[in-house]
Amino acid sequence: MSRSRELLLVGALGLALPLAPVLAGDRPIGRVPSPEEIARWDIDVRPDGVGLPPGRGTAAEGEEVYAARCAHCHGEFGEAVGRWPVLIGGQGTLATHDPVKTPASYWPYATTLFDYTKRAMPFGDAQSLSDDEVYAITAFLLAQDGIIGEDFVLDATSLPRIVMPNADGFIDDPRPDVPAGEPCMKDCVAEVVITGHARNIDVTPEDTARPAAD
Amino acid sequence: MAEDSRGRRAGAGLDRRSLLGGAAAAGGSILAAAAARAEEPAIPAELPDWSRYLGPGVDDEPYGKPSKHEAHVVRRNVAWLTPSTESSINFTPLPWLNGIITPNGVFFERHHGGRAEIDPSAHRLLIHGLVEKPLVLTIEDLKRLPCEDRIWFLECAANGGMEWRGAQLNGCQFVRGMVGCAQWTGVRLKTLLDRVGLKPNAKWVLAEGADASALTRSFPIEKALDDAFVAYAQNGEALRPGQGYPVRLVLPGWEANMSVKWLRRIEVGDAPWYTRWETSKYTDLLPSGKAYKFTWVQEANSVITWPAPEHKVDGPGEYVIRGLAWSGRGRIVRVDLTFDGGKNWVTAPLEEPILPKALTRFYYPWRWDGSSTIIASRAIDETGYVQPTIAQLRKARGVNSIYHNNAIITWLVNSSGEVENVQVA
Repeated sequence: MSRSRELLLVGALGLALPLAPVLAGDRPIGRVPSPEEIARWDIDVRPDGVGLPPGRGTAAEGEEVYAARCAHCHGEFGEAVGRWPVLIGGQGTLATHDPVKTPASYWPYATTLFDYTKRAMPFGDAQSLSDDEVYAITAFLLAQDGIIGEDFVLDATSLPRIVMPNADGFIDDPRPDVPAGEPCMKDCVAEVVITGHARNIDVTPEDTARPAAD
Repeated sequence: MAEDSRGRRAGAGLDRRSLLGGAAAAGGSILAAAAARAEEPAIPAELPDWSRYLGPGVDDEPYGKPSKHEAHVVRRNVAWLTPSTESSINFTPLPWLNGIITPNGVFFERHHGGRAEIDPSAHRLLIHGLVEKPLVLTIEDLKRLPCEDRIWFLECAANGGMEWRGAQLNGCQFVRGMVGCAQWTGVRLKTLLDRVGLKPNAKWVLAEGADASALTRSFPIEKALDDAFVAYAQNGEALRPGQGYPVRLVLPGWEANMSVKWLRRIEVGDAPWYTRWETSKYTDLLPSGKAYKFTWVQEANSVITWPAPEHKVDGPGEYVIRGLAWSGRGRIVRVDLTFDGGKNWVTAPLEEPILPKALTRFYYPWRWDGSSTIIASRAIDETGYVQPTIAQLRKARGVNSIYHNNAIITWLVNSSGEVENVQVA
């Protein structure tokens, strides 16, 4: 306790904060977590592989766990059931009228697939997969699109080396990307044409939140 | 009364007409009042019950609710948008709200793994990574730190996202309702980072939620040391569970999913993480097949909240145009209105307060002559940015970018006084 108090004091003085002085016997604000505590929550993974845990998996191993834990929503091969997200295919569609955004067609990094699956999947039973299972599911999905082979061993070393097909598909935000300058106030357009009416599309929800009868 | 809210809804014209009669008979609704106004009855000789008999006492309602006659002022969702309500969004009922503060009970919600119901005594905020000394804080610890009150809007990146290809949803609530504005109470993230001490290579910050999606977003250290905020209260009370109780991040002016709810972890690093929510989602696809990434700022935007498709203009005469404007880059400096679809514009006065990165009100007295009228608003912020037309946005980004559609919204007030969402060219 005295150690953390001392550290807080040093931190405060070092940064010249307008904090009240910390006196001996003061109840500290917060405490220093143990490395084990941090590790319990620190599950994030970066494209350079920082954060990837030990473990391994292949597509062949992933097929079974994928079928048991993922196929219910995402389909037997990642083609999706109903309106749940499609996980395979889509390459070549990004510049079309109906782009299909999947890991293979859109995601810039394979590490994101591992990170998201580990932290949030299966939907409704998050963080219930072992690291080996997450590696194997990731391998299974990447193999569906031929990004890796069936026998490719995915682990903390091999995963960050995978170059995703759309790795170069992103550019930094250039906005504002619309005309600048003083806007027109008078006689701005010759003729106004209504190009569409929302009510003709007829997809606005009908109200279901009726007040209780008086 | 059951027909009341239905009659008030923007929907099929037939539905509305058939229900108007019922609503008028029952009374109490905006439309009913409108329909009845032509033959406004005299003040009745008989006292209403509420003027004669005692109402409930002070112990009747420990936490108050709006009048039952305001039951239509609720969040609504669009079922076809998402495969599940747990990863979906609802919309603030803007057409019925006033001022710049969004009431907590109707502030829009976007969840990615449902609404986490957190026991605050079991919640911790962990700060670690490239810091001199990591720290774990309880909510009570947070409340001992220097605090501030700040009014900022939060807006989902997808606000307006259904209107890229054309006018689609016939309601102000659905077209611009992924926004709300509140007074937040909490601690600057800088205060926390100063206490843990940043290492020299600290360049990026990761925020993580404690919900079932463990949502994570990366943002640069400059934002963390500028106005990034760790909030535990909203509009005077503790955050609601749907807004991240017991503690959330607020990144003012930036797309609201970065304002991570149920905040449990802040990690400092030297590079972005490229999480699912900054790669697969919340990137803006262009016609070329390339996409914008890290599109954080919510550019200037505005909407007329009265009249709107949820309302009807009840005959020629005097009214007040009501609307909201906001910009993630700072203050709104001007709002222009058109009454002829964009040929000519006039400037509307702004209502105080005019705060940076907050909703700003404008009111404009208007006499409707009963003819078909195309109205729209256009916001300009302190950087000189002018809210674009949908044509300008489509020219820059096509129709498949989903996010950041802040185009001018146009309402057609037709000669019957009904209001429609339309797009013009």
